Amino acid sequence: MKTFPLGGVHPPENKLTANKSIRVLPLPSSVVIPVSQHLGVASTVVVNKGDTVKAGQVIAESKGYVSTNIHSSVSGKVNKIDTIIDNSGYRHTAVFIDTEGDIWMDSIDRSEKIIREISCSPEEIVKKCLESGVVGLGGATFPSHIKMTVPAGKKCDVLIINGVECEPYLTSDHRLMLEKGEEILIGASVLMKALKTGKAVIGIEDNKHDAIEHLTDLASGFKGISVQALKVKYPQGAEKQLIKALTGREVPSGKLPIDVNAVVHNVGTAFAVYEAVQKNKPLFERVVTVTGKSLSDPGNFLVRIGTPISSLIEAAGGLPDDTGKIVSGGPMMGKALINTAIPVVKGMSGIILFPIDESDRSEFKSCIRCAKCVSVCALGLEPYLLVTLSEKGLFERAEKEGIANCMECGSCAYICPGNRPLLDYIRLGKSEVLKMARERAEKQKDTFTK
Amino acid sequence: MNSTILITIISLSLLALFSAIILYFIAQKFKIIEDPRIDEVQALLPAANCGGCGFAGCRNLAEALVKANTLEGLNCPVGGADVMSQVAKLLGKEAPIVEPMVAVLLCNGSIENRPLTSKYDGAPDCRISNSLYIGETDCSYGCLGNGDCVRACKFDAIYMNPETSLPVIIDDKCVSCGACVKACPKNIIELRKKAKKDYKIYVACSNCDKGGIARKACKVACTACTKCVKVCEYNAITIENNLAYIDASKCTFCRKCVTECPTGSILELNFPARKTISETRTESVTA
Repeated sequence: MKTFPLGGVHPPENKLTANKSIRVLPLPSSVVIPVSQHLGVASTVVVNKGDTVKAGQVIAESKGYVSTNIHSSVSGKVNKIDTIIDNSGYRHTAVFIDTEGDIWMDSIDRSEKIIREISCSPEEIVKKCLESGVVGLGGATFPSHIKMTVPAGKKCDVLIINGVECEPYLTSDHRLMLEKGEEILIGASVLMKALKTGKAVIGIEDNKHDAIEHLTDLASGFKGISVQALKVKYPQGAEKQLIKALTGREVPSGKLPIDVNAVVHNVGTAFAVYEAVQKNKPLFERVVTVTGKSLSDPGNFLVRIGTPISSLIEAAGGLPDDTGKIVSGGPMMGKALINTAIPVVKGMSGIILFPIDESDRSEFKSCIRCAKCVSVCALGLEPYLLVTLSEKGLFERAEKEGIANCMECGSCAYICPGNRPLLDYIRLGKSEVLKMARERAEKQKDTFTK
Repeated sequence: MNSTILITIISLSLLALFSAIILYFIAQKFKIIEDPRIDEVQALLPAANCGGCGFAGCRNLAEALVKANTLEGLNCPVGGADVMSQVAKLLGKEAPIVEPMVAVLLCNGSIENRPLTSKYDGAPDCRISNSLYIGETDCSYGCLGNGDCVRACKFDAIYMNPETSLPVIIDDKCVSCGACVKACPKNIIELRKKAKKDYKIYVACSNCDKGGIARKACKVACTACTKCVKVCEYNAITIENNLAYIDASKCTFCRKCVTECPTGSILELNFPARKTISETRTESVTA
């Protein structure tokens, strides 16, 4: 079976909610919508305290190239524009809205009908996705409309739809493929039209047989779309690994997928594209997996953006007494949350409640040079070396050793027998190296303009 | 004596002599002529190679001192005014005006004052925890307690107090080299002008959130209520971004702001205990 050749680990899958169909979470009484839910520049608030808003109404506008719109997820009144500690771990501006009823913008097609005919032109598709605030729902939250136009001089000959969901515990993409399969394929066709390509491949890990079968079945009704099963290995869902496994092409260091004529979008993003383009529905709700071994009723919920996660935990049976840590995202690349008032944002694919005996990291020991970290690095880096260089501040050497290539998947930290916080130090080194590279680029620009 | 031994000794000696002559001429040709004063100045410097002067080690500073027209702007914080006047005398230049400084932590968010609201068990490094989230308390600006400053200090002048989880700076050992200032990712360690008897008065807070948020996070936060600004007769206190700051060069250590501050954010250190009103009354009566 197809897979990526280098590295990878096999954490236990723990897909506790794989058979739980999507439940709609009851409307929250109030929502808090942060203005920075995507990579790039945070959006600018365009509503004021006291304004009445409808679900799907723009409340913050795109600011700059790498940015997008943010919409209200409920109808009601804007209570205040204030700051809140959001899932990033820092304090950011957010719009606080008190819910009143459930009125959506008139332009949204709220019916259950599936619209198959794609009437928009490629330019209209890109425009609609920007206006609807569609971002990469695999977790990276990169504004998707930027990845829907092929830059001049480049060509896209294959669209890859990422249905891998390689992180343990998370099942929102799995359920979406089973329950909204046709919509996802229409979304993929919309993306194919925007990228002007005739071929799309949906990559799905082999632990989701039902999804593979279902989508293969549906794909027979769509021109150019095929489904490919992939070996279960983390991080198969990483962009470069996915491209390598499905097409055999390797994205060179420092380059993007489009440089090997491929574009990758998550299945959740494909579904959001369907809703934005075919139903005129902006992105203001998403499927979130709420899971954990101690939860009494874990599941996959359709949640409005801005709902506090305390509501999700309630719906999943209430906060277990032995909860030690709440992680937003997967256990490999996710981030721990510091309270349950934190609102759901576009990039929150799931929350995992870990019992206390699985929460604390053990004390870490010295490096024993076992090189397990080297053997699992899917990008061929040497984590033990990058850690030492980062710790000692030898950032120029770290740059030469390729630290900027690191995708922060966490495989090295997972496999280290000494429990060393490898990823923490590599991230530190990476941010310093990227800062150095930015300053160098600025200086070069100055010398040339002078 | 055996002729083999004799030939061996003579040929090896000639080889040695030949090499010595070649080396001598090469040494003369590639000799670097250095101002001999650089060695002399370097001998006066403390040889800590801490970089506090802004140069790459004591030798680098010695070179700069010898080459400079004026010593103004050049200073060895470890050696201080003593060393600088010796160097000035040696070079026949005027000694620079040097103000002794000391490092001060602008945060008093101990565990008692600033309750913990989460637990961090990642790598024990302030730069790393700073890059992950606001920290184990609700204050986004305060000390993270992982000891980057302790590790940066080469003079054993900082240690972590386990009861408060805050670093403590030992005035006698601090040479104001600035290493801790650079190491702190929150930028809350400051070099302040040293005063007589080591008196210190400063706003022990770096929180720029609005007063309500700051106070909820920490008992001794500065809420920018402006009471200190109003009571200071020397215009030494300014408020910017919801935070008060005392200019050490204007402060006369009258301590009025300390008494006035409602949260206890302004700290006074190394002062004798204040006399209470009843004590002074008794004194004047008996006198």
